[in-house]
Amino acid sequence: MPYNEPHPAEVRIISKRFGLPNSASIDTYLANEGYQALDKALGMTPDAIIDELKVSNLRGRGGAGFPTGLKWSFVPRTSPKPKYVMVNADESEPGTCKDRLLMEFDPHQLLEGMMIGAYVIGAQRGYIYIRGEYRYLIEIMDRAIEEAYARGYLGDKLHGTDFTFHVRTHTGAGAYECGEESALLESFEGKRGIPRIRPPFPAVAGAYASPTLLNNVETFSSVPAVLRMGGPAYAELGVPRNGGTRMLCLSGHVNTPGVYEVPLGFPMMRVVNELGGGMRAGKKLKAVVPGGSSCPLLKAEECDIPMDYDSLAKAKSMLGSGGMIVMDEDTDMVRVALRIMRFYQHESCGWCIPCREGTTWLKKLLTRFVDGMGQPNDIVMIGDLAKNMLGRTFCPLGDAAAMPTIAIIEKFRDEFEAYLADGPKPRREELVYA
Amino acid sequence: MTLSPALEAKFQKLLTNYPEGRQRSAMIPMLLFAQDEIGSVTPELIQEVAKRIGTQPLQVEEVMTYYSMLHAKPWGKYHVQICTNVSCMLTGGEQLWEHACEKLGIGHRQATPDGLISLEEVECIGACSWAPAIQVNYDFHHKVTPEKLDQLLDSLRTHAV
Repeated sequence: MPYNEPHPAEVRIISKRFGLPNSASIDTYLANEGYQALDKALGMTPDAIIDELKVSNLRGRGGAGFPTGLKWSFVPRTSPKPKYVMVNADESEPGTCKDRLLMEFDPHQLLEGMMIGAYVIGAQRGYIYIRGEYRYLIEIMDRAIEEAYARGYLGDKLHGTDFTFHVRTHTGAGAYECGEESALLESFEGKRGIPRIRPPFPAVAGAYASPTLLNNVETFSSVPAVLRMGGPAYAELGVPRNGGTRMLCLSGHVNTPGVYEVPLGFPMMRVVNELGGGMRAGKKLKAVVPGGSSCPLLKAEECDIPMDYDSLAKAKSMLGSGGMIVMDEDTDMVRVALRIMRFYQHESCGWCIPCREGTTWLKKLLTRFVDGMGQPNDIVMIGDLAKNMLGRTFCPLGDAAAMPTIAIIEKFRDEFEAYLADGPKPRREELVYA
Repeated sequence: MTLSPALEAKFQKLLTNYPEGRQRSAMIPMLLFAQDEIGSVTPELIQEVAKRIGTQPLQVEEVMTYYSMLHAKPWGKYHVQICTNVSCMLTGGEQLWEHACEKLGIGHRQATPDGLISLEEVECIGACSWAPAIQVNYDFHHKVTPEKLDQLLDSLRTHAV
């Protein structure tokens, strides 16, 4: 069984097989609409599949929310170079734990999405880059891959056509930065996970400088449903420009945290009150991180909002990777800001100076604040430093560190001022981190 | 260096996973799978991996030092990783961390004198909805309380005996 009970308010499209006996096996998959989308795809032209994806309004589930059909159309299919399908299964944005379930309970759905991608761009090889900590998922995916070979879904000249496709898993070894697409490709090539300057984008020059179709686990896992249902029906599940459903990873101060699948545009407060069973211990809501720790948090009064890419962008935040972290009235936002910065400082690859130095100095300033040694002009300095990191790095890690910091310091300035007024706090050695 | 038959087979398979001439891609998987068996990334292992994938040992070393899961010194037999990132912090991850440090008398990236248990404060391990979470080697433990942690640490000791 998955880790939490399903909720009646969910719309289970890509998680519908979760909880079936042996849900990861190919037999269960085949008995439940598995590989039907592939059959359909093989009878379509690549352009028709891309059009279907465009109509579906499926957008990237990894964080940026880029329209999937458009991304697929960028891969130069006539290039003489070999082409690759790459799955980003390096799930490590704090608050996010959905790709884990998609691979654990429905690995064939992911493989089917990859196969459709391979057929569209003409790739013969695909890889699943799985974070090193998820060792058991490498075993599950390897088993699923073996089953797919045994049943003729992977291999040479499949289904009596020229379609040839091989898939392997690949492991990372502990680096948040490798979830960023270009750093992931560097890491895949056996190098330090340092981002590449773009353009060229991975669609044109990805793995081994060849055209590469790179998407998140959840995005690939959604593709079979799009083809099975048809683009318009899939789009219809969500709201305009935000098609389908997505997995929300609910964590923090709610009664029933868990991973839930909801249509795009589902109201945030219903997530908290219905899926989450309300606030823990009857406390009041203080803030919500909508989609992973890099997303600017929303104050309680801003949380009456539909969960889709555009509504959250309008509220100057992001739907991100679906990692929704709920905080109650007792949460110390200064310490939250420090914890977030400690993470990004630890994970900055050090390649771009604004990120390497910015995260380091922000961590120092925030640590000083938490110790009660903050200076009055630190509040302004933290904001200035963070704003100066925005848009000045090769990859979005610098922005990811700066955005939540700017939001916290603007929205909870009073808490920083209270720390100033309180003065020095006894420093607890065990809480002094590296 | 001689590898165990299982690791040798794994290395052979890894080399065939990537297109001809792209064997450097096998570097990180080789290091991680070998480390699981050997206990750390030793100088001999670096030499061996470099030889297999056709790079200089220095290139392997350069990559190895980037990744937090790869380590040159052995950790404890049981490597206890406690997440204190935001979701875990909100639900008691920091208390678990303090509790473990106190109980074991060790700190971040340190091991007990008998080499049985090592501790590491880790960043998000992808168990946010079942926080606070910890990993012992590769095994996840969800919704951990200080009591559950005590039981777990005790059971590691019993296992070892």
